[in-house]
Amino acid sequence: MTLTPDFLDGNAAAGDLESVFGTDMTVATGRCRGCGQRMSLAQTRAYLRGPGIVLRCPGCESVLLRLVRSADQMWLDTGGLDYLRIPAPQ
Amino acid sequence: MARTAVSRRLGGGPLRWRAARLTDRRIESEAARTLVFEVPGWPGHVAGQHLDVRLTAEDGYSTQRSYSVASAAEDENVELTVQRVSDGEVSPYLLDDLALGDLVELRGPVGGWFVWRPEQTEPVLLVGGGSGLVPLMAMVRTRRAVGSRTPFRLVYSVRSPEYQLFASELRRGDPGLDKTYVYTRSAPPESPRPPGRVTASDLSSAGWPPDFEPTCYVCGSTGFVEKAAGLLVALGHHPGRIRTERFGPSG
Ligand SMILES: Cc1cc2nc3c(=O)[nH]c(=O)nc-3n(C[C@H](O)[C@H](O)[C@H](O)COP(=O)(O)OP(=O)(O)OC[C@H]3O[C@@H](n4cnc5c(N)ncnc54)[C@H](O)[C@@H]3O)c2cc1C
Ligand SMILES: [Zn+2]
Repeated sequence: MTLTPDFLDGNAAAGDLESVFGTDMTVATGRCRGCGQRMSLAQTRAYLRGPGIVLRCPGCESVLLRLVRSADQMWLDTGGLDYLRIPAPQ
Repeated sequence: MARTAVSRRLGGGPLRWRAARLTDRRIESEAARTLVFEVPGWPGHVAGQHLDVRLTAEDGYSTQRSYSVASAAEDENVELTVQRVSDGEVSPYLLDDLALGDLVELRGPVGGWFVWRPEQTEPVLLVGGGSGLVPLMAMVRTRRAVGSRTPFRLVYSVRSPEYQLFASELRRGDPGLDKTYVYTRSAPPESPRPPGRVTASDLSSAGWPPDFEPTCYVCGSTGFVEKAAGLLVALGHHPGRIRTERFGPSG
């Protein structure tokens, strides 16, 4: 028996990300601080079953982005990314 | 008209929950039903996009899941095709308990990555496992609706004929769409291939040579997508041209 991996694509976080950022974040691109890989957020590995959103690098598995939401606050950590290039809303 | 609506939605109009009314339910297979929703103010979608469904109980407990839009981009109603996960929380509820006329909340459509737009002219390979056919079917339907001649090839991996989605619609055929079925547990007698999981040779004989530079859309359970996308890379397809949508362990 092989264990089925429990991640989704960053694409699956589209709704939650857009409700926070106000624009489609799945086509935003970033570069992993760990391994230098460049990708769109849709291409990351998404872990959505926990209390927030965790996106990991498909290359080196390091955490790229974390978003946790409480009743009145949102915590965003993009420390795993060198930069995040977000398409400007039209 | 639909087109301006779509660009508004993709351009960052406010994303909010909308009430949607179930107006029809069709049997698609042993385990799947198509649910038709009337969604006032639905801004239109691009083939391949999904939406989030939110259910809220009387005590305030609420939960949400993502479902791909199955209908063509041109359609007014929103159709979802949901396959039962037997120990699941949401899918059995949508299939068995939600009554015609009932309301759910929908948010979307979302995601501008796992989409096919009629302006694309490169050949397309669609690789679907189980319910992963749903967003690919939206692409096939949109291609048909706009009369596109972009060549499509579909490789559909499914447990057995009883689980096949959209069987009669696909059987009718679309010019320029080639279909190959990979049965994993039991195949119909006329099937040229013994049952078994998708292999590199399935994808090379039924897909496109990598130097045709097709865009490959791969969708299904996480395990299926891992396997199929890995095979495509091994066959020489550039990872940047492989777009994936994982539904989860048993999605
Ligand atoms: C972008 C996207 C589009 C989708 N489109 C469709 C579609 O068109 N049609 C369709 O039928 N389904 C689709 N799905 C799957 C759907 O969102 C649900 O996961 C599915 O209906 C099962 O939900 P459930 O509440 O019935 O089961 P759950 O109660 O969520 O889960 C049932 C069992 O499976 C396990 N499980 C399921 N999902 C996960 C996960 N993500 N992580 C860890 N464990 C999990 C649970 O642990 C549990 O054992 C899509 C998923 C995504 C991300
Ligand atoms: Zn990395």
